[in-house]
Amino acid sequence: MALLEVKNLEKRFGGLKAISDLSFSVPEKMVFSIIGPNGAGKTTLFNLLTNIYTPSSGSIFFKGQEITNLPPFKIARLGISRTFQNLQVFLNMNVIENVMVGCHLRSKSGLIASALRLPSVIAEEKNVKQMAFEALEFCGLSDYADRPAGGLPYGILKKLEVARSLASKPELLLMDEPAAGLNDTETAELCQLIKRICDSGITVLLVEHNMSLVMEISQTVLVLNYGKLLAEGTPEEIQRNPEVIAAYLGEG
Amino acid sequence: MKRLSGFILFATICLILPIIFPDNYYVTVVGLTIFINIILAVSLNLLMGYAGQISLGHAAFFGLGAYSSAILTIKYGLNPWLAMLAGAAFVVTLSYVLSRPILKLKGHYLAMATLGLGIIVHIFFVQADELTGGPDGISGLPTLSFLGLAIDSDVKWYFVLCSYMLLSVLFSLNIADSRAGRALSAVHGSEIAAQMMGINTAKVKSHIFVFSALMASIAGSLFAHQQDFVSPESFSFFFSIELVTMVVLGGLGSTFGAVIGAFILSILPEVLIVFEDFEVLIFGAILMVIMIFLPEGLFVALKNKVAAFLAGRQEGSK
Amino acid sequence: MDQLLQFIISGLTVGSIYALVALGFSIIYNASDVVNFAQGEFVMIGAMSAIFMLKAGFSYPLAAFIAIAITAGVGLALDKFAIEPAKNATVVSTIIITIGASIFLRGAALLIWGKEIYGLPPFTTNEPIRIGSATILPQNLWVMVGTAVTVFAVKYFFDHTKMGKAILACSFNKKAAYLVGINVKRMLLVSYGLSAALGAAAGLLVTPITFMSYNAGVMLGLKGFCAAILGGMGNSMGAVLGGILLGIVETVGAGFISSGYKDAIAFFVIMLVLFVKPSGILGKGEAERV
Ligand SMILES: Nc1ncnc2c1ncn2[C@@H]1O[C@H](COP(=O)(O)OP(=O)(O)OP(=O)(O)O)[C@@H](O)[C@H]1O
Ligand SMILES: [Mg+2]
Repeated sequence: MALLEVKNLEKRFGGLKAISDLSFSVPEKMVFSIIGPNGAGKTTLFNLLTNIYTPSSGSIFFKGQEITNLPPFKIARLGISRTFQNLQVFLNMNVIENVMVGCHLRSKSGLIASALRLPSVIAEEKNVKQMAFEALEFCGLSDYADRPAGGLPYGILKKLEVARSLASKPELLLMDEPAAGLNDTETAELCQLIKRICDSGITVLLVEHNMSLVMEISQTVLVLNYGKLLAEGTPEEIQRNPEVIAAYLGEG
Repeated sequence: MKRLSGFILFATICLILPIIFPDNYYVTVVGLTIFINIILAVSLNLLMGYAGQISLGHAAFFGLGAYSSAILTIKYGLNPWLAMLAGAAFVVTLSYVLSRPILKLKGHYLAMATLGLGIIVHIFFVQADELTGGPDGISGLPTLSFLGLAIDSDVKWYFVLCSYMLLSVLFSLNIADSRAGRALSAVHGSEIAAQMMGINTAKVKSHIFVFSALMASIAGSLFAHQQDFVSPESFSFFFSIELVTMVVLGGLGSTFGAVIGAFILSILPEVLIVFEDFEVLIFGAILMVIMIFLPEGLFVALKNKVAAFLAGRQEGSK
Repeated sequence: MDQLLQFIISGLTVGSIYALVALGFSIIYNASDVVNFAQGEFVMIGAMSAIFMLKAGFSYPLAAFIAIAITAGVGLALDKFAIEPAKNATVVSTIIITIGASIFLRGAALLIWGKEIYGLPPFTTNEPIRIGSATILPQNLWVMVGTAVTVFAVKYFFDHTKMGKAILACSFNKKAAYLVGINVKRMLLVSYGLSAALGAAAGLLVTPITFMSYNAGVMLGLKGFCAAILGGMGNSMGAVLGGILLGIVETVGAGFISSGYKDAIAFFVIMLVLFVKPSGILGKGEAERV
């Protein structure tokens, strides 16, 4: 059974069809990339998958369960996490706290227990800190743990979003243009990081403009153009596909 | 225990002051007002500073607590503690019911809705005179007693209000470093990212709204007994704004910021008593100047300066 | 029925004032994304300045003109000294800054003019005019006509003058406006001045009916904010419509329920609107972009 299944998905913004009649499915434990020219609807697709936008029609299934109309936090509970094209780091917190928020689903003390700081809260805090450190380490950010997120460079913040998502132990991780704005070294590091994420058993759904990165790490590539599926296949198939070449060349 | 060293220092000072200066007007009279304002500012800070949800109507919950105590004890002869509890239960229910629709709103809309709530409640205090005594208010509340000891002097009130104030500060500090507090900060930082981390943002906001209203309601009940009198004036739109000023002045998001802000604004009228007419002007100027030039607030700015200085010294000594 | 007509006449009168205040709100909101809580103080400053200019012996029209100019100056100063220095401020910060400004202006008015309540003479004789069994005062007509003329002038300014269009361009997209050579800073300044002048006009129109004091602007400002939301935040004609509707609802409601609850009714209506359709009557809801 596929991990994620999208059926006849459609999203209209007024007259504009940002996604139209899109169906595809993502098998487990792989890197599945979505590419397409600017404005093709890639981010919109992520927003639909996480129900930050409500689909105009169509349905989405995760592990066989329909999630089309679940609120985002419930989708997260089922094991989907994501990073954002426009960074959504919690700039009002420091690095480790950002990642500790990622552990929200793996801990449970409520407001009253926290206010009273019951012994269970103290124990859990320790535990959460430990989990957050592991995620930071995994992404190579341990040196930054106590730094305020506010002043950090862009490349670090991008990794921080990944660490935060990983801390929630998702089964499916959606990454929206993780390489945008990174230099070559950082991109190479990112490539390794994604491979390690995938090796740890997490399925990665990747939106990315950096073709060499996409072609290197993906098992399957899906091409979107004007919200429609243009092609789907292995990196080699996609690179040879004349329609894909035309869409990219036509775009400039 | 390092986490609470600031708190312990603060608590010690508060508890020692009346022993050293038992008859000092600033300690045992102004002190009481300061404590009430600290409780309110700290509770408002939970909502505004931690969760980033502006409220221009916090005085409403303070007032509802106060009026509940006054009405239930005087008109219905209820035991003061039961009246306080009933008031708190009412405020919890009301704030819970209102929290969902109100906190769905953001920015200016949220400001308008909370402001509207504050104004409606205030008008109710003024107009429903059969219940509330109208503009004149209600006086003659029964004395509160605790374990058989009547709280009937300023010094006794000092210790009662001081205890509740310290408890509020402690709760607020505890929440800050906890899963619940981080969830609030996450809502503040990016609501969408918070949701993607599995936080039920609507619920989290609603809970802190209710919690903060509950703290204010109990403060209101204590205030009513301590003053022995309630009237609408104490719970107006302007008081809500004053509370916002306290929180902003010290530094949004910082518990001790709220404490310092409340302290400064509570003694300001005492200091400015000679130029009474300037009070409004100065008050407005503080609000503007702080927000324009020191948006992080006095206390937080100072704390950052000290931290930067210490970090610099450490670098230097290496 | 006759009573209803009478209520509607007074409702239209207050509604017109709310409409002017709300229009001022929406001009500033459009230009700078700031909800200006000091809008009500513009109304008060306009009226109080006129009152004292009259006392100082100026003729009524000249006093009115000077009052509008003074208020516009205050609007410019607000932008220059409070809004402009606080670039990058969050919504909450700008709300607090303008609340601070409103308190500051009120404090200044208190020092200059004291706590007394003042009035202005009506613009023309005040013989009530009968309409059936309801009556209407000439000053009510002045308010309605004055508002209508002002609203059309503002609309003309935005639709047909170069500067008006430039301000609109800023409100759609500041960066783009800047790139095509519009002086964005200056347009903001003009918006604040214009909005303040509108407030002053509202103050001049309403004071002969309701009196004025240093703190009378607060409620008018808040009601203008309500009206702007009711009509749809940022939609100028919505603001005007919202103002008039709010005036009528409030007056009719107060007439039939209790005049003590007049303000509560207005805020109650606004809370309902916020719960049901926060984008107001003419506003469009928009999804947050990620
Ligand atoms: N909230 C919205 N309201 C209206 N239109 C929108 C909204 N979000 C996206 N769109 C439109 O939908 C289309 C697809 O946008 P989307 O952001 O999904 O593209 P993308 O493939 O992610 O592009 P990029 O590679 O530049 O990130 C665009 O035309 C965009 O303008
Ligand atoms: Mg995108």
